[in-house]
Amino acid sequence: MKEIILIKNGRVIDPANKIDTVLDILIDNGKIIETGKKLSTQHSALVIIDASDKIVVPGLIDMHVHLREPGYEYKETIKTGTEAALAGGFTSIACMPNTKPVNDNQSVTDFILDKARKEGVVNVYPVGAITKGLKGEELSEIGELKSAGVVAITDDGKPVMNSELMRRGMEYASMFDLPVISHCEDLHLSEGGVMNEGFVSTELGLKGIPNAAEDVMTARDIALSELTGARLHIAHVSTRGAVNLIREAKSRGVKVTCETAPHYFTLTEKTVDDYNTNAKMNPPLRSEDDLKAIIEGLKDGTIDVIATDHAPHEASEKDVEFDKAPFGIVGLETSLPLTLKLVEDGIISLTEAIAKLTVNPSRILNLNKGTLSVDADADISIINPDKEWQIDITRFKSKGKNSPFHGLKVKGLVNTVIINGNTFNFEAH
Amino acid sequence: MINKLKSKDLIGTKDLSLEEILLILDTAESMKEISSRDIKKVPALRGKTIINLFYESSTRTRTSFEIAGKRLSADVVNISVSTSSVVKGETLKDTAKNLEAMNPDAVVIRHSSSGAPDFISKILRCSVINAGDGAHEHPTQALLDLFTIREKLVLRGAKELKGLKVSIIGDITHSRVARSNIYAMNKMGMDVTVSGPSTLIPVDIEKMGVKVFTDVKKAIEGADVIIMLRIQLERQEKGLFPSIREYSRLFGLNTEKLKNAKEDVIIMHPGPMNRGVEISADVADGQYSLILDQVTNGVAVRMAILHLLTGGT
Repeated sequence: MKEIILIKNGRVIDPANKIDTVLDILIDNGKIIETGKKLSTQHSALVIIDASDKIVVPGLIDMHVHLREPGYEYKETIKTGTEAALAGGFTSIACMPNTKPVNDNQSVTDFILDKARKEGVVNVYPVGAITKGLKGEELSEIGELKSAGVVAITDDGKPVMNSELMRRGMEYASMFDLPVISHCEDLHLSEGGVMNEGFVSTELGLKGIPNAAEDVMTARDIALSELTGARLHIAHVSTRGAVNLIREAKSRGVKVTCETAPHYFTLTEKTVDDYNTNAKMNPPLRSEDDLKAIIEGLKDGTIDVIATDHAPHEASEKDVEFDKAPFGIVGLETSLPLTLKLVEDGIISLTEAIAKLTVNPSRILNLNKGTLSVDADADISIINPDKEWQIDITRFKSKGKNSPFHGLKVKGLVNTVIINGNTFNFEAH
Repeated sequence: MINKLKSKDLIGTKDLSLEEILLILDTAESMKEISSRDIKKVPALRGKTIINLFYESSTRTRTSFEIAGKRLSADVVNISVSTSSVVKGETLKDTAKNLEAMNPDAVVIRHSSSGAPDFISKILRCSVINAGDGAHEHPTQALLDLFTIREKLVLRGAKELKGLKVSIIGDITHSRVARSNIYAMNKMGMDVTVSGPSTLIPVDIEKMGVKVFTDVKKAIEGADVIIMLRIQLERQEKGLFPSIREYSRLFGLNTEKLKNAKEDVIIMHPGPMNRGVEISADVADGQYSLILDQVTNGVAVRMAILHLLTGGT
């Protein structure tokens, strides 16, 4: 039987219920059963967690994670990936379908869910492929994927270049109320590119990826969402143009949401300067102006979600010529403090930051998570917001150590995570 | 006056100070004299080992480094990728570590990926000399270009290169020669213009301190030096220009276009040339051309660099 837990004296932030106040939370059998001031209970098996000076938030949700299993277990497994999530304060993650084999059919979805139940330590929600093998040629069996448990579909990593097929995929997915997550990249415009196109790529002699590669596809998918009425979620927004397009589409009532990743509001293309392969990701780190636009988008709510695009690689894969290095960085264990920096810098409120990490992705994916309402699943993160620490890749739970943030001093550390009533404590680093 | 280079490596002219550039040019002058002797060899680098590690085909640069090393009595080993472990899938890092284990004094590297010399210079204790990496830098080419210009102008009585107008014409986007020349020439106080089709001018190049003209006539007008770049025919397939015919007509250097140039203009080309495409045969072989002087001077400049980086104990 699961413990009865009482979390006392924490600053509870529950954006869905517009709560930001000191409250106690009582948990029984994996559910929140009561919230209120100075709760007490006579139960003998009670575990009390003192959350004084800490913030208590719904368990964080990362809707964009590459768990690599099946197929690339040397980069990450469902076990290590979910352990990394937990260490980062996440209780639910959505995993992308670009595994080997691709998650484009029920058996792969079943495998992931089964493995996650056995070895995973956080809730795992698979995302299915739009097209078979991510090839952009014919639709996956999206109905079957839905019944197997996928929460969205995407060809993440590659866009569906054929606009007609994308249209049909969106139409078809909307029958099942599945959001379509789009990796917006025009493959012709980005061909051969390894970093942002700009002065830095000119100096380094590296092939650039122009903003337009992202912008034209964002515009296309917005148009297709209007045409089909499908719910569109734009992944990892990195350009001013995309932010503007999404803002404008939202104002017209288009069913579009979007996410960005911490690296896009923290770093620019300058990080590539000494051919740093840990600054190589897709979309690439952009210009100072784009970073400003991302921050504006976070501030005015155009950007609904902060997701990591956690993309672990083995060390030797990144220890090569810049051209040869794979795209992507890990993010699960650095997302929270980088997001809290936005709060410290006065860009967004703590409530807004937590919403982008909890209830917003939950609503997009229909997860029924991300709140601290009575009867909700007891997925809770307790964070020490003032704790300073230094990011150290050698302490990552993830197999991937490919982070450009190694050595960075940050603030905000996960103290305790509760998932379905099970408690995990994290001592100070 | 300095007498050595700051870094153990030569990765790019971006990293060189003006003093270092002048040191290399001055050293190259005395090296050039060696090449004119009957016995073209001095013992300066006896007992030193230089490895030429070429991941891209090259005749001129590889041979030039080899001759430069040999004239200084170094042992020069050539590794060309087609016969090495690279075809067996060895990573650049492992190749570098294996070469390091044989204790060379310098590794001269040419690679199609920008940043490859920088990458191995962080692994190797010995000197790393960039013989051209991707579209990044080709510092020895820029230095031999400067040497060639200076030599010619000194003959004409000039004291310095400051204020000289240089036009680099062609595929600037993919040119490591252009980048290295821009950095080096700006340090010398020269006035650099680049020109070519707008599809082959990289974004924000003006921020490197150059003027940009897509009209070649304007780029040629008043230029003291014209450097023509090789146009790779594959670029046409990528849609970067419509045809060799049109490229040649708009951007190729010929006698007609040269009429806009200064009386005593210097014409250079890093090679290999596409005769009749970016440069007409009569201009390439004509009185203003210093294209073969560049090759001769390449040996002297590379001797200077090898000596400065690996000479002494």
